[in-house]
Amino acid sequence: MSSLVKNIIRFCLFILVQVYILNQIPPLHQLVSPYLYFLFILWLPFRMGRRTQLLFAFALGFALDSFTKTYGLHSAPCVLIAYIRPFLINLLITREGAELNYNEPSIQSMGFTPYFTYITILTFVHHMFLFFLEALQTGGFLYFIIKALFSTAVSLVLIVLTELLFSRKQRFRTNTI
Amino acid sequence: MRNIILFIRIYFTFIFFLFLMGLSLYLLFTYNKYHNAVYSEVANEITGKISTQYNNVSYYFYLKRTNDSLVKANERLYNMLRQDYSIPDTTNKISVDTLKVDSLTTYRRFLYMQAKVVRNSVSQPNNYIILHRGKNQGVQKDLGVIGTNSGVIGTVVEVSNNFSVVMSLLHSQSNISGRLKRGGETGTVIWDGQDRNILLLKDITKSAKINQGDTVITSGFSDKFPEGLPIGYVKDIINDKSSSTYTVRVQSAVNFETLQFGYVINNLQKEEPNELLKKVKSK
Repeated sequence: MSSLVKNIIRFCLFILVQVYILNQIPPLHQLVSPYLYFLFILWLPFRMGRRTQLLFAFALGFALDSFTKTYGLHSAPCVLIAYIRPFLINLLITREGAELNYNEPSIQSMGFTPYFTYITILTFVHHMFLFFLEALQTGGFLYFIIKALFSTAVSLVLIVLTELLFSRKQRFRTNTI
Repeated sequence: MRNIILFIRIYFTFIFFLFLMGLSLYLLFTYNKYHNAVYSEVANEITGKISTQYNNVSYYFYLKRTNDSLVKANERLYNMLRQDYSIPDTTNKISVDTLKVDSLTTYRRFLYMQAKVVRNSVSQPNNYIILHRGKNQGVQKDLGVIGTNSGVIGTVVEVSNNFSVVMSLLHSQSNISGRLKRGGETGTVIWDGQDRNILLLKDITKSAKINQGDTVITSGFSDKFPEGLPIGYVKDIINDKSSSTYTVRVQSAVNFETLQFGYVINNLQKEEPNELLKKVKSK
């Protein structure tokens, strides 16, 4: 399956899961709102152009916003993490040429610790910015920081579960240059 | 000039990022003006259709609860029937001889239309509800919506052909006028974005006597809701020493998490007072 088709299917699935499962379940607490949809951005291929990544991220956020009727609220954090992503990968990747030999970020391609750091940082940035934008409208800045921390923790658990349930097999490719 | 083009070429990704970010923030902060845009109407139709499919499944899980609430609503209506009350003196007949008063239709003020809730959210800071009834079925903007137990749900903010979007009471910009049923003091009902099903009734004078469990009803000052519909029940009072008014925490009458049906209220006599007011102002 080509990478583009795979990503489009993923796009639809993440949006549907976020809108019809995670937004629908009665939340554990008012401080916790689980998010998973932005994992789509973290899973985009290494070698996709940076502008294409930004466009994909904007489209993802905007699709979710169309469902929740909050135009711009989710697309802004998505664009932000899509912009930070390449810098972070360059910093964290330790193995020489891993971004050439593997297709997309995963435990297998980056190693456990760098991959987990990568996920944690981007999740935290996403949640901080999202709840900051919410707080601008509703107020309560201490509330927003606590909410960002708790929701990051819950989202990380969800991401780890997703990684375990849907293991993505990565082929090691040689002669890539 | 060459340097400028070079600069743009080097930083094109960054400029593109700034452009997308600016677009998102622009949409976010101008959404209220953006209501009328064509995109939002098309998107409303599409997301409405997907939500209807989803609701067809999830509705089964709520059938029992919905049934119970409808039976209760029926019971309440039966109790309001005329035949339940005995009229003390039937010999005195009030006869009406004008044609106009006789016909109910010209004097009807509020028309209720049932609508299925196809999408509903409670976890966002700004919550919207989507109803499967739109322009073609007689819904307009700025109509009030109530639940099956006649508790207030919200206000219609956006209408497309077959769906309409309702701003629920759980919205940071929601603002309706409420009154304490016992004492008659009026205030404003808002939501602070934190606790679901807990609303705030602001600007109640400190002379008011408030008990836990008192009913808060609509005041009838707005043209959206008739007077006396329940908004919620007093939970506790936040006594701010520095202000001269109470803020009351109110448990909402409607359980927003289990909404399945709503009634859209059309005020048929909305224009007349507005025109009158306009006439006075223009003098």
